[in-house]
Amino acid sequence: MMSVTLGHYLSIGAMLFALAVVGIFLNRKNLIVLLMAIELMLLAVNINFVAFSRYLGDMHGQVFVFFILTVAAAESAIGLAILVLLFRNKNSIDVQDLNSLKG
Amino acid sequence: MDIQSGFFYLFSAVLLFSAFRVVTARNPVHAVLFLMLAFSQASGLWFLLNAEFLAITLVLVYLGAVMVLFLFVVMMLDINVDTLRAGFWKHFPLAATLGAVVAFEMAAVLMSGFRLSQAPQITADAAQVSNAQALGVLLYTEYLMPVQIAAAILLVAMIAAIALTLRERKDSKAIDPSIQVRVKARDRLEVVKLAATQPAPAPAVPAENAEEKK
Repeated sequence: MMSVTLGHYLSIGAMLFALAVVGIFLNRKNLIVLLMAIELMLLAVNINFVAFSRYLGDMHGQVFVFFILTVAAAESAIGLAILVLLFRNKNSIDVQDLNSLKG
Repeated sequence: MDIQSGFFYLFSAVLLFSAFRVVTARNPVHAVLFLMLAFSQASGLWFLLNAEFLAITLVLVYLGAVMVLFLFVVMMLDINVDTLRAGFWKHFPLAATLGAVVAFEMAAVLMSGFRLSQAPQITADAAQVSNAQALGVLLYTEYLMPVQIAAAILLVAMIAAIALTLRERKDSKAIDPSIQVRVKARDRLEVVKLAATQPAPAPAVPAENAEEKK
């Protein structure tokens, strides 16, 4: 069997991203699983970045992953805080109940 | 198959399986635990790619902090799982179609547009410094300003998360210290003038009798 190439890592990233997209559509109601699917998408993108950084010999890709991790941590912290507030006020985390703005 | 390829396939298989379980698990707690497994496998993949610093950061920051935060929130909320999974299989055809489209498009780009046969091979490690050192040198020279901005983003996120979820307790006995300092004696002690002798109260017995007659 051939050794691992860049294509293997890109395929893993693509499959992971597709799985996360499927997850978003499967769990249309559950806000927590939606947040987790977004985390999976970011992970897939990060795997691509790291793989390219390794195979092109360019460290800037890993710096970018570093910043993506930072922003993803901030995003999930605020997202979970909003989730807790939502559950406190509506006693549910169903996306269908988020209709206060009548959008 | 050398040992590196073996580990690559092991990590990838477990990663894809746990990602699949994240989106299909009934219990949200199980979903979070499978997400932790997925992140740990991704960390293993990054070790194979010689990105040690980011792999360890992923374990420390994601598994240690963000996923535990997820776990706390999931366990804190009292969720009725059955109502949340009401439309699960109804959406399955749409989800499968979209997933297939995404996977097909990416495969098309990877196979034809990107030309894997001509993909760059691993260059010999030109840099003799470790991964963490190379990353640190880049971060603190070329990317100094973005690092500061990232720090500010984290600070704002922390303050926002606290401000969103903080609620004033109704039964709290906390007192503003400045009020305690500024208090005067007359706020606490009131001198009431009373006569030295008090008139005897009117006899109550006739009143009780009158009520009984009614």
